[in-house]
Amino acid sequence: MVIEQEKMQRLATRMVEQEVKGRSPWADARKRFLRNKAAMAGLVILVLVALFALFGDMLAVWSNEELDFSVMGQVATMGAPSLENGHYFGTDDLGRDLFSRTVQGTQISLMVGIVGAGIAVIVGTLYGATAGYVGGRTDQFMMRAVDILMSVPYMFVLILLLVMFGRSIAMLFLGIGLISWLEMSRIVRGQTLSLKNREFIEAARATGVSTWKIIIRHIVPNLLGVVAVYATLLVPLMILTESFISFLGLGVQEPLTSWGALISEGAGTMSYGTLWQLAFPLFFFVITLFGFFFVGDGLRDALDPKER
Amino acid sequence: MFAYIMRRLAVAIPTLLLLIVISFVLMHLAPGGPFSHERELPARVLANLNAKYGLDEPLWRQIVNYVYGIVVHFDFGPSFVYPDRTVNELLADGFPVTLTYGSLAFLAAVLVGVSLGVAAAIRHNSWLDYLAVGISIGAQVLPNFVMAPILVLIFTLWYRILPGGGWSFSDPSFWIMPVVALATSYMASIARITRSSMLEVLGSNHIRTARAKGMPEHRVILRHALKPAMLPVISYLGPVFVSMITGSVVIDLYFSTGGIGKAFVESALNRDYAVMMGVTILIGSLTILFNLVVDILYAWIDPKIRY
Repeated sequence: MVIEQEKMQRLATRMVEQEVKGRSPWADARKRFLRNKAAMAGLVILVLVALFALFGDMLAVWSNEELDFSVMGQVATMGAPSLENGHYFGTDDLGRDLFSRTVQGTQISLMVGIVGAGIAVIVGTLYGATAGYVGGRTDQFMMRAVDILMSVPYMFVLILLLVMFGRSIAMLFLGIGLISWLEMSRIVRGQTLSLKNREFIEAARATGVSTWKIIIRHIVPNLLGVVAVYATLLVPLMILTESFISFLGLGVQEPLTSWGALISEGAGTMSYGTLWQLAFPLFFFVITLFGFFFVGDGLRDALDPKER
Repeated sequence: MFAYIMRRLAVAIPTLLLLIVISFVLMHLAPGGPFSHERELPARVLANLNAKYGLDEPLWRQIVNYVYGIVVHFDFGPSFVYPDRTVNELLADGFPVTLTYGSLAFLAAVLVGVSLGVAAAIRHNSWLDYLAVGISIGAQVLPNFVMAPILVLIFTLWYRILPGGGWSFSDPSFWIMPVVALATSYMASIARITRSSMLEVLGSNHIRTARAKGMPEHRVILRHALKPAMLPVISYLGPVFVSMITGSVVIDLYFSTGGIGKAFVESALNRDYAVMMGVTILIGSLTILFNLVVDILYAWIDPKIRY
């Protein structure tokens, strides 16, 4: 997966241009988005996955911590998915219900993705807008810092952090949040640069509005399009990062679980013939990533009709 | 050009030093030292250990010593958990393996990705194009830790034609699955980028001119379209390199290939900070070096860049 810088830049300039013409780009964009079949399919998938995460627990017969002693030790034969004993997705090798484990994993993975993207939106937008608007040496210094941070192999630093300060979910959020905003700040800065010499900003400055207030009230609202698209594409990247770390066993710890941890478990036990342990988490992981990528691409195309 | 390289080096070296200092400081901020176990050591033993590993000196002194050891002797110090092993030995064990399958995967991703992308762009809107787009969309959601179990399931458990793990320098059948698992998602991204940039270049004026003057199509593609179309691909190589090195951790863990990723995960679980830092710094310097090479390559290919 890659978020193409050039396209994002073009989208940024496009959004600025559209403002000038005085059309309502949002209404147009909504129409185009609704017509985009892939994006709508992605949206439907995401809604279904979200419903599964929110209300899946109600359907579950078993909780995610209960051990089913009747299947324990013979998971390969007795633990297969079945409607009769309530293990819709089968059980894992300890006899825990995979359905409720998958619900739990979905909740955590989605949460990590959304929180990571949320931090990126808040920190990245403010940082990039400040650097771009203030300009000069401050800008150079701030963006040089971003450059340096981006050239560090972040996954290793993230794991270093997790090991040193304990493998808690809070630390995972913090660590993912620390890296997620870098790219966002670059994109936001680029767009701020093209916004800051426009008349309405000049007017605000002439009437004596403070720098901080101009950034918050006049710059940031005009960045929303780019930020929304980028945030949608960032969620799956955050989910991938978390799953990667959890696959290594360094992310979320039992009894909590996530898609990465479940896939890792499934991959470890598939030679015993318990394929469902890999298949169900993998299915949710794959369709959700598809959903986010399609919606993100659809949003980008909707907001930037020139790009086909 | 020389000045440009020098300027880039002037940025690269402080970045590297910063990485060392940050990881060093982090290590000291962490609760519990390298020798804090469940059963506490007697104070005198602890003092001796700290003296042996130089941990009793002031922090700035330790950093200077550490950096000095790396820069002058290329010495990453001793492992805190295995008293008889140095970080250098642990890294030297794993590095050739990582380098072998890593560079193969990198080459495979670039070669296959670029060819697929170019082919898709030339035959725009044909079945080949749809196939390429389909593959690259599909492979986006198949990162290395998803590809690895799927490959093992198919080729080891079902068809039993490839070994499911281990490593041998003399038997390439051990190499196939690590390389494919690592390369697939980047191959797809490279194909996607190549296709869209090639389509853009093929629609530009200089290509129309070349065609209009009757140049054969293969020469148009090879001489005039390929070079400008490669620019976005080249700037994507830096991130690919970083993610591949990161991905090698999964490969080492899942296929038991014994590369540096194994040393890293083991040290992470053992809290062997010296090894973790050694790996992080080694990979950080490789990354910075590679980015430098990519930038120079970019400046060399793109005449618009002034350096």
